[in-house]
Amino acid sequence: MQSEHRLRSRIRALSDGAATGLAVLSTLLVVAPLVAIFVYLIYRGASSISLAFFTDVPKPVGEPGGGMANAILGSAILLGVGSLIGVPIGISGGIFLAEFGRGTKLANAIRFTADVLNGVPSIVMGIAVYSLIVVPQGHFSAFSGGVALGIMMIPTVCRTTEEMLLMVPNAVREAALALGVPNWRSVLAITVKTASPGIITGCMLAFARVAGETAPLIFTAFGNVGWSARLDEPISALPLQIYVYALSPYDEWHRLAWAGSLVLIVLIVLAVSLVRYVTSRGVLKGAS
Amino acid sequence: MVAQAEDSAIRKYLLARGNSAVADRGFHWLMVLSALSIFGIVVLIASEMLVRSQLAWSKFGFNFFFKAFIDPYSKLPMYWDPVNGHFSALPFLYGTLVSSFLALLLAVPLAIGVAVFLTEMCPGALRAPLAFITELLAAIPSVIYGLWAVFILVPLLRERLNPFFIKTLGWTGFFGDDNPTGLGFVAAGIILAIMILPIISSLTREVMTAVPISQREAVLALGATRWEMIRMGVLRNARIGIVGAIILGLGRALGETMAVTMVIGNSPEIHRSLLANGSSMASVIANEFAEASGDLHLSALMEIGLALFAVTIVVNAFARLLVWAVTRGAPRQVH
Amino acid sequence: MGVGIEVTNLNAWYGTNHTLQDINLPIPANHATALIGPSGCGKSTFVRCLNRMHETNPIARVTGTVLIGGLDIYQDAKPVEIRRRVGMVFQRPNPFPTMSIYDNVAAGLKLNGYSNRRALDEIVERSLKNSALWDEVKDDLKKKSGASLSGGQQQRLCIARALAVDPEVLLMDEPASALDPVSTAKIEDLIFQLKSQYTIVIVTHNMQQAARVAEKTGFFLNGRMVEFDSTHKIFTNPSDKRTEDYITGRFG
Repeated sequence: MQSEHRLRSRIRALSDGAATGLAVLSTLLVVAPLVAIFVYLIYRGASSISLAFFTDVPKPVGEPGGGMANAILGSAILLGVGSLIGVPIGISGGIFLAEFGRGTKLANAIRFTADVLNGVPSIVMGIAVYSLIVVPQGHFSAFSGGVALGIMMIPTVCRTTEEMLLMVPNAVREAALALGVPNWRSVLAITVKTASPGIITGCMLAFARVAGETAPLIFTAFGNVGWSARLDEPISALPLQIYVYALSPYDEWHRLAWAGSLVLIVLIVLAVSLVRYVTSRGVLKGAS
Repeated sequence: MVAQAEDSAIRKYLLARGNSAVADRGFHWLMVLSALSIFGIVVLIASEMLVRSQLAWSKFGFNFFFKAFIDPYSKLPMYWDPVNGHFSALPFLYGTLVSSFLALLLAVPLAIGVAVFLTEMCPGALRAPLAFITELLAAIPSVIYGLWAVFILVPLLRERLNPFFIKTLGWTGFFGDDNPTGLGFVAAGIILAIMILPIISSLTREVMTAVPISQREAVLALGATRWEMIRMGVLRNARIGIVGAIILGLGRALGETMAVTMVIGNSPEIHRSLLANGSSMASVIANEFAEASGDLHLSALMEIGLALFAVTIVVNAFARLLVWAVTRGAPRQVH
Repeated sequence: MGVGIEVTNLNAWYGTNHTLQDINLPIPANHATALIGPSGCGKSTFVRCLNRMHETNPIARVTGTVLIGGLDIYQDAKPVEIRRRVGMVFQRPNPFPTMSIYDNVAAGLKLNGYSNRRALDEIVERSLKNSALWDEVKDDLKKKSGASLSGGQQQRLCIARALAVDPEVLLMDEPASALDPVSTAKIEDLIFQLKSQYTIVIVTHNMQQAARVAEKTGFFLNGRMVEFDSTHKIFTNPSDKRTEDYITGRFG
């Protein structure tokens, strides 16, 4: 009896230790690829980055040098168009969920649809926008790429806006209403403004997410080896260019792909860190 | 009291202001319309893809996903032959499923391990940076994972790991030695695992923290070790939510495009060997859509896209319901 | 100058909960009227019916008539119009957290489109003086956020905010219940001074407070108004047995 008891508690102690060890090990295994990716990205990217990268367009195959200036401009334009579509619609949808629809069936259905839409693969967005815009217009265009990115931003912006608005104390809403301020004005100037650090955070998250999207751009923005700032023409984008260069057989282009990735990841990490900083400071600093 | 010289001026001003009922109603409807546009997007995507996949649907019907054209001379299956107009999504369905399940196999234990470590064991000072790192993993664009995989993972597989797998596990038939490139299902599965890890682990963390302290204390009070407390007090109570997190990860893996396209090898074939080249639903679209060779080809790709859309919608909806069931009380109070 | 309020047959519901039943009450102009009663008796709901704030909750419902200065607020006006004329101070101070002290006071006018800078400056100064906060904040009106003040100062800021739109009626829903004794005394002083110019309705669970500031007092119990009379009469010689039980501390 005694020894059996001792054996059992020994096994329990061992399995406790083993479980702890496994958890620590898996954490290390998760951190490892991240470190590997970052180290290699910085190592390859930093050695390939130069001023020309930010000022030149790609050179023809075989010629050394060249840069991704047109792709950076293209990404900026695509993201601009995307934000113009995604941010206002997303924020308005979030305002509906938090301020008008609270607890209604319609709001629940919309919230659920937004979450599900968030999980739809971006390549599907790409072919849907292709068939909605590119086919009727007859050509690839920056505009269609921007629309695809904008649609992808809507659910994220909408849901974070809702969550941030729900954190605004009801007392603040009541104070505005009791002053005889019209509802639309009280929502915009008081509730949304109070939650604005959090809402901006949500927009930046959505922005960072679509900034690296490639799949929805392949059949919409399509890519362009030269300068283009026109909405009705194919346009280059950083992730698109990285994709093309990564699969090319030329060392020079591989280098540019690494440099482009480094630029892209630095932008995204900056956005995510900023978001992290804002949220840790408390979304509603000083709210009663 | 201070004298109120302007008393009536302010009152008059405010009395003269309208009740802004029109502006209020307009604002309300604008918000409703924006919210409804989310439905609109889903309906628009679905209907557009339905219409454009009609041609393939009317030609192949359900066989599109399950049967291949058998070449009458060689007796070999022709899955995907744009030149002769034979289209079957079977190899892509196979590729998507194999790479996704491979990814789950690798990612799930790790993700749960990380979640357990972060919520139950981690020293407070480490928790925030580690959570941030997992968050960063989720923020890295797919194409950068692909780039990394092409230049680091694939050579590593080609030179070190694949020969090892072939030597030790070759007898199972799952690790054949006929593909010297290093590309293939295993490469796709590994990169997918890295990509879906953060989603699974952060959601698992969320459902684990939703388990009330009292459940943990009840088990601890019985003299349980920490692992027994985690297993019986936490994991058992959170298991539905963890399943939801895993399914959500699956949803992401099924539709993941760029990284997979870059490493899976892109050949429309079905091989038993996990080291062989394959192709997934998303990757075939990414590769062929822009230069499709005709209406039927385009329509077939559209139908694959539609299938992907439908599957990810169902998978995501199901997963969301499971996660909500745990973090927000009973499923009918879905909120 | 304030106006009188006539309440007839007022009933209010929260969902299926009948929180106010057949309230009839004449509230005199330019006086302070106190409403007392145990918590949950409906006194807060009652004041929220006087500026149509009760109905901001989707499950809430109101029937009956409320005349403010002769205007039927449920028949002949929209909520925003009523709320501009009837100011409200809440139980917990609720300054707008993102706004400066100045903007908090000016909010009611600015958000209603009023933009005369010089007039606004004067109104803000006057309102802060009337709420006895001016001397404490005049040096950093536009620098400090309303949320950076102490609890008692925040509540006086909220009173200034309500006064800035020059309302005819001022509703106060337990304005001092979240404050320390010194701040409470300041608020009471303030009510004492303001009541010559505004019709004040103050909800309180503190009977001494009612006795100190109000001329008239109403006693609420279980959603009904049990008794309404001069404050002196209520506290010395109530006509209803239940009022007497309450003020002598036998329940509630």
